[in-house]
Amino acid sequence: MTAVIETQDLTKRYGPVVAVDELNLRLNAGEVFGMLGPNGSGKTTTILMLLGLTEPTSGTARVLGQDPARNPLAVKRRVGYLPDAVGFYDELSARENLAYTARLNGLPAREAEARIDDVLNRMGLRDVGDRLAGAYSRGMKQRLGLADVLLKRPQVAILDEPTIGLDPEAAHEFLAMIRTLKADGLTVLLSSHLLHQVQVVCDRVGLFNKGRMVLEGTVEGLAQQVLGGAYRIEVEVTGEDIERALTGIPGVLRIARVRPGVYALDTQSDVRGEVARRVASTRANLIGITLERSSLDEVYTRYFHEGTPA
Amino acid sequence: MIKREGTPQREGSPWTGVWAVVMKEMADHLSSVRMRLLEGLILLVAIGTVYAAIGTLRTTVSEDPFLFLRLFTVSRSEDRDLSFVAFLGFLIPLAGIALGFDAINGEHNRHTLSRVLSQPIYRDALLLGKFLAGLFTIAITMLALWLLVTGLGIFRLGVIPSGEEVSRGLLFLLATVAYAGIWLVLAMCFSVVFRQPATSALAAISVWLFFAVFWGIVADILIAIVRPAQVPGEDLVAVQWRIALARLSPNTLYGEMLAAFLNPNVRFLSPVLITQLEGAIRAPLPLSQSLLLVWPQLTGLISAVLLVFAVTYMYFQRQEVRA
Repeated sequence: MTAVIETQDLTKRYGPVVAVDELNLRLNAGEVFGMLGPNGSGKTTTILMLLGLTEPTSGTARVLGQDPARNPLAVKRRVGYLPDAVGFYDELSARENLAYTARLNGLPAREAEARIDDVLNRMGLRDVGDRLAGAYSRGMKQRLGLADVLLKRPQVAILDEPTIGLDPEAAHEFLAMIRTLKADGLTVLLSSHLLHQVQVVCDRVGLFNKGRMVLEGTVEGLAQQVLGGAYRIEVEVTGEDIERALTGIPGVLRIARVRPGVYALDTQSDVRGEVARRVASTRANLIGITLERSSLDEVYTRYFHEGTPA
Repeated sequence: MIKREGTPQREGSPWTGVWAVVMKEMADHLSSVRMRLLEGLILLVAIGTVYAAIGTLRTTVSEDPFLFLRLFTVSRSEDRDLSFVAFLGFLIPLAGIALGFDAINGEHNRHTLSRVLSQPIYRDALLLGKFLAGLFTIAITMLALWLLVTGLGIFRLGVIPSGEEVSRGLLFLLATVAYAGIWLVLAMCFSVVFRQPATSALAAISVWLFFAVFWGIVADILIAIVRPAQVPGEDLVAVQWRIALARLSPNTLYGEMLAAFLNPNVRFLSPVLITQLEGAIRAPLPLSQSLLLVWPQLTGLISAVLLVFAVTYMYFQRQEVRA
């Protein structure tokens, strides 16, 4: 796999504050990588350094084989960036806003026209393309932002908090659009603090905290690493206590009683059958048994609120 | 392997995209309400003052060889200067400030800055593009205005301007654009430094007010400190000091340029001793001599524009893009 984005000990200091601390990040072609972390954990600063909009204090970055500090134009020609809280010129129409981007990219007028139609169609904005950008809703603006990113036909799309401020439905739609980027072969770097959304679209996730990437891997891998199990099974019974009956099932890492009659199991595999057999062997009545994949939310909460596990 | 030694040298031209910015900004300016208001104001003033000037010219100085230049400078009132250029000296700074005060902080506040700068352009292009767009906008407005006044002059006075009058008129336009440039770039500088457009506008207007109203008073106080206890008005050194200090103000430089360009009879801009008049060129001066007379003023004003632009550029380069 070729690295599309690669950083080596990338560091940014603002006076005594370390915004990004010796970051080593590697994105392969065609993958969707999620930078996950609370506000102020250095995600946006990292992105700005990757685009050459901020100089790193030390360390280096390579984007598509170019150094963004040295040759930002070559990088920015092939990388699309959707800033958080993206803004447009309110007094211009959506189409005119895109036309300005096209001119800044040096696209010839005819080519620009065709591409603008194309991206507006794709983002479902064809019918409102001539409306003033100021009249756009938050969700439409965000889609216009993605259209703006796609206009230059980038190889890499960097999306900073793309779903912030969107209602759940709009966020869901937007995430689906991001998935289509992956289908087109784009490499996507996505930053967010909304974990369940990152989980839906990202192949790999990096957990950021205080300028460092503290964990990195697939969602399942992270869950395994932090929670110790990638599955969570909830059993609801009435009657007697079944905690003893449940112990000793192979693959179960932890059993906890959530409330009387409800037990939660962290497991490495789907062991619902075995659980049901064990419950059946007791005198308790099995009411329900559900399986859920451990979500990043839990990883996150566990990681940041319960201290770093060994 | 990733390797880098020393400070990075950036590659690619800083001019990339500058025309895209210029075209967009000019379209914005020319269609903006704020520019239309100013244009309307300038037009009203132009028609009013020039019409009054024509009235005066038709009755009194019809023998003047530079009739068309008088259109701009003649004032109907005796005790107060109500000529076209006097008003222009007032309105041009306003136009420059209006076009520049929200250049950069406006982009910040609309959250468009990071999106625009993530396109393949350098920050240089954005700053320079916005400056040039402002300058071109003023140049176009002034050119249209000058043609309008000249046309009005032909229509009402019944004579056509001579080649020299046209050349002097064009130099007057150049001086006006340079004068607008200093206020434009100053307003842009404040728009980089201050995050609120209202603050930057107020700061630019304060500087303008300072030079327009208070600088003369400050200069008097400074002279009193430098050369105390002299008879006022009779001390040559004090007068020279006063002129030197006054020339730190762009308003003075513009005024002197207009005097030289629009009035060929102006031969000196500083006090001259009788002995120095020996062998001096007779008035009216040819165009080349008038130009020579205010050459320092013109270059001084332009270099001030470049200096403020350089400071703005430095500030802007070091600024964080993030909103």
